[in-house]
Amino acid sequence: MAVRQTIVGISSPRELEEALRAAYYLADDELSTAAYLALALGKPLLLEGAPGVGKTEAAKAIAGVLGRSLLRLQCYEGVDAAAALYEWNFPRQMLALRQAGAYGDTIDIYRDEFLIERPMLACLRRPHETMLLIDEIDRSDHEFEAFLLEFLSDFQISIPERGAIKAYERPVVILTSNRTRELHEALRRRCVYHWIEYPSAEREMRIIMMRASGVSERAARAVVAAVGRLRREPLAKLPGIAEAVEWAEAATLLNEQGERWPEAFRRSLGVVLKDEDDLVHIAPRIEAILAEAQA
Amino acid sequence: MTETTATIAHFLGFTALLRRSGFAVAPEQSMAWLTAIELLGPGEIGDIRRAARATLAPPPERFGDFDALFDAHFLGSIVPGLEGEQSDEEPLRAAEDGAIGPEPEFGDETHDSGAEAASAERLLARRFSAGEDTQTLRRFARALPSRVPRRRGYRWRSARTGTGADARRMFRDAMRHAGEFVKLRRRRRRLRQRRIVVLIDVSGSMKERTQAHLAFAHALARAADAVEVFTMGTRLTRITRPLRLKSREQALATASLLVADWDGGTRIGDALNAFLAVPRFAALVHGAVLLVLSDGLERGDPTAMADAVARFSRIAWRIVWLTPLAADPGFEPRTAGLVAARPYLDELGDGGSIEKICAHVLDLAEVSAA
Repeated sequence: MAVRQTIVGISSPRELEEALRAAYYLADDELSTAAYLALALGKPLLLEGAPGVGKTEAAKAIAGVLGRSLLRLQCYEGVDAAAALYEWNFPRQMLALRQAGAYGDTIDIYRDEFLIERPMLACLRRPHETMLLIDEIDRSDHEFEAFLLEFLSDFQISIPERGAIKAYERPVVILTSNRTRELHEALRRRCVYHWIEYPSAEREMRIIMMRASGVSERAARAVVAAVGRLRREPLAKLPGIAEAVEWAEAATLLNEQGERWPEAFRRSLGVVLKDEDDLVHIAPRIEAILAEAQA
Repeated sequence: MTETTATIAHFLGFTALLRRSGFAVAPEQSMAWLTAIELLGPGEIGDIRRAARATLAPPPERFGDFDALFDAHFLGSIVPGLEGEQSDEEPLRAAEDGAIGPEPEFGDETHDSGAEAASAERLLARRFSAGEDTQTLRRFARALPSRVPRRRGYRWRSARTGTGADARRMFRDAMRHAGEFVKLRRRRRRLRQRRIVVLIDVSGSMKERTQAHLAFAHALARAADAVEVFTMGTRLTRITRPLRLKSREQALATASLLVADWDGGTRIGDALNAFLAVPRFAALVHGAVLLVLSDGLERGDPTAMADAVARFSRIAWRIVWLTPLAADPGFEPRTAGLVAARPYLDELGDGGSIEKICAHVLDLAEVSAA
């Protein structure tokens, strides 16, 4: 196991936390420790959590801190090698062959210029400039998960026409999962793991103040209290952090146009709850929840 | 030197404790944890705990247990809940269907005395005869191959009518014809059968049905490719292998020798948890159909059963629970266990007769086509 104590000048979880804050991401102790360990141990980082707790944002912030470009592979049911690894550019190969045929030349049609890189191959070939984000892996099929397992242990893929391609240093890989299904034990074992919770009220307020422009502290506090209350309701889709930020912004905008406070929150409720059933469920009690949040 | 060895032994003692408490910890994870501790330097206990969480990756539902064990090991506090649970009852074990029976003494007994054996634990061996329902099962076996639930596989194959053009093949063909495209080739995803995992309740309350259920499981195992069958009562037994035998009499007789807990009590929650605790078994359920033939009369803790079913619902494709009690049209689950598990079931249906069970299985493919 190749251990690196210092990565781009960061040699402890605290320093990583500060660097992430400079990149506008507030990480807690647990996340910064897990992320630092993943970088130092050269292991992939697996982030799990409910939708909207900032898993993808965390990956983007880490890429920013490392100064690397983010290669994002969005998983979906049926994601395959052509979408994840590489594809040959057949039309270009064909044109090149015809052209060469007309002049009587020979040509190697398996050169780089005919290879279309997809995120996983790109990350293997330039491991020090890129960071791979494999997003929502719980949506992919089991076979893709098994294939990923192989990729994450060797960091090597083979292209039949070209032979094996191996990364000359371990790339940084972050995986996220919404936990709509459980991942294979073997995949969890390969990774450094972190479960992202909804943030504490105090931290969520700092996130809103940092992310939203021109939101007053009072409005932010009310939003955090109301959102915290909503997350305890049996809703189909619980409001995430992004929704909380948007709600604070939307209500502030309405307020500036002359809407009174509780009314501004109530009218911009569509930013937080985006499901008809949820809105119907919460409608009778929304006044009480907002009043309580404003107190 | 000896001091560091002692320290490492203390840390490894924690991973051993975790394993004893049902957490899966791989050696590479222990290694990563030790490296992480070294990396973070001598600091506070919080660092060690965070490193443990990150590298040993306990599942989120068990963070509470994990922290309690951590405190017990490193801070010396007592964990009342965990210790009490363990001493309470003998933990339920999963039995394999290898050459040796689940309990050595039980196996010896059967070999010595023939077929009949009884012990103080009411472990009974039972003999089966091929009974009625033969016609139904024969029809079921004929209908099944075209109607098993399938899922889309990872690989493509060329097909006459496909969802996309097979560019790779077309260009290869074109090179053979001096760069001319002669024919449009298509491809589609290969289909694979979803595994069907059957759990048969063999407790006393299901006594009259177990024979028919085993006969059904035999027909299913013969007709479909990927089928796994387990019985559960006071213990969990895998009987897939004997059920693959062609002759039903022989299959059922061999299977019945493996099962040691006929007509005993029911600890469904414990049986399901024992199933999940064996990673190899749990892997069988990934993306599979879980078919439970049980009345759901749980003697043990209903929350254990609900938790286990909730975990199954996250790894299985569908959970179908068929209970003979649902033969009554006005049926509503009334037992605490089944009520608690109901939200996680994809289907709670009538398992009152073999025809009904067969019909449910044949209908699974309708769902998968959608």
